[in-house]
Amino acid sequence: MSVLIYVELDNGSIKKTSLEAVAYGAKVAENTGDKAVVLAIGQAASSELEIAGKYGASKVLHASDEKLSHENSLAYADVLAQAAGQEGSKIIILSKSGLGDAMAARAAAKLKAGVVSGVTALPEINGSFKVTRGIFTGKAFATTEMKSDIKILVVKKNVIEIDENDVASASAVIETFSPQLRDADFQASVVNVEKASSELSLTEAQVIVSGGRGMKGPEHWQPLLDLARALGAATGCSKPVSDLDWRPHHEHIGQTGIKVAPNLYIACGISGAIQHLAGVNGSKCIVVINKDPEAPFFKAADYGIVGDVFEILPKLTEAAKNM
Amino acid sequence: MKILVCISNVPDTTAKITFTDNDTRLNKNGVQYIIGPYDDYALARGVELKEQSGGTLTVLHVGEADADPQIRKALAIGADDAIRINADPLDSYFVAVQIAHVAQQNNYDLILMGRESIDYNSGVVHGLVGEMLGIASYSPVMKLDIEGGSATISREIDGGKEILKAPLPLVLGCQEPIAEWKIPNMRGIMTARTKPLNVVEPVSLDEMTVPEKYFLPAPKGACKMIPAAEAGTLIRLLRTEAKVL
Repeated sequence: MSVLIYVELDNGSIKKTSLEAVAYGAKVAENTGDKAVVLAIGQAASSELEIAGKYGASKVLHASDEKLSHENSLAYADVLAQAAGQEGSKIIILSKSGLGDAMAARAAAKLKAGVVSGVTALPEINGSFKVTRGIFTGKAFATTEMKSDIKILVVKKNVIEIDENDVASASAVIETFSPQLRDADFQASVVNVEKASSELSLTEAQVIVSGGRGMKGPEHWQPLLDLARALGAATGCSKPVSDLDWRPHHEHIGQTGIKVAPNLYIACGISGAIQHLAGVNGSKCIVVINKDPEAPFFKAADYGIVGDVFEILPKLTEAAKNM
Repeated sequence: MKILVCISNVPDTTAKITFTDNDTRLNKNGVQYIIGPYDDYALARGVELKEQSGGTLTVLHVGEADADPQIRKALAIGADDAIRINADPLDSYFVAVQIAHVAQQNNYDLILMGRESIDYNSGVVHGLVGEMLGIASYSPVMKLDIEGGSATISREIDGGKEILKAPLPLVLGCQEPIAEWKIPNMRGIMTARTKPLNVVEPVSLDEMTVPEKYFLPAPKGACKMIPAAEAGTLIRLLRTEAKVL
């Protein structure tokens, strides 16, 4: 028996959110007396996959068929279900992302498994199996009992602290995994992929600097970009900014955009409509810069500065460079 | 083309969320309900595609009678008929089984829904339904065109977008800017009254997950204000006090 954890790869390396999922899965396995087994799909060097061992995995199944090089949630879900069958896994863990949700859903239907997405804490295993998850876009939480024989958990970012300087020296055994691939999963053809390779992903970023209408127009974004560069941060924006085409749609953070959970979220000229707050309430620390002292966002902030963003941002950038 | 659009009935995005019955149920008192915002996008694109292709559009909701006003609104926006599965769903798997059961009897070319509901935020129903029907599912879809039994889909991926071409039938989770939300006009509201809204009982299945208790996040502490003239000190505080840099 094993707890199976799927890890997402980014240019051949395990994503940080997936390493969190490995650490989470290892803790669950410890609790249930099982082994933590990792599944990686796509191209990656063994030396990269072995890192999963440092976070508690004893084995990594690596499916590296050329046909799986491009992200394909249908085929990946099939591979996940087959890996779970091989390992006799009753608990399957993925990290929360578009791919994680898609794979979890299709694997759940294949395995007749209960699925809970948006898990925010380790499960309570005591005769029953209970998980806590965020609902109403972070405005509340639900404790849910999972009654199915096979359970699939999609875990949010930052649920478990991992310190790269404080991990075990163990490394996982790498095992080639050769699943049966179905032609039906490869009927779609990829016409084009547009990915800004230089940009940090909002869902992976530890720091996000985000702008609202208070930035007064796309031509005034440079001070915000300068601060983001100085902090090694990703950039985001509010819905009105995205609607006005000041910034690309994939930067839109909020209830109907991307939900983020960085360590630090810096909001520049964003008043803090409830729909925007719903997208950032997973952040560890929120900084709000706004000239309006009555901006509702200050109520949700840890630190605030009332003033002109165009005067404050360069000061922050200067201080960040001298850090 | 036969289109099915699945809609959720959710508290308005600005609703204050509280719980009742010893925190085991959502307190619906004074809460304004709406069609899920993502489902509204799916519905809007579904109506546009129906108008282009001359097909039919059925709207489906898994829920109780208090959702009927939202279903009627969907009919007013342009759906031809509606199905309500009469249940109080608390689990994505349950919802997916109900949708798949209806879909299996009707051979839809396209099943559209929002990328997620804004109450339970699971984002897994489209994938579950796709797998249950043995057809492909993609989400979140930002652009959708249909031509000759094939769909061209633009969907959001981490840090960018991907354009796919896939044969019908498909299940798609939608989000903006796939279409502009549609507001029903007076003629639509009048005709919606006469369009069929069929209520059917759910398929029974074993419970997979059961919500036990709800709770609110711990209240936020006070915001520490930094004078604008000393803005630079914020970076130091973020390092030494908040420990987030």
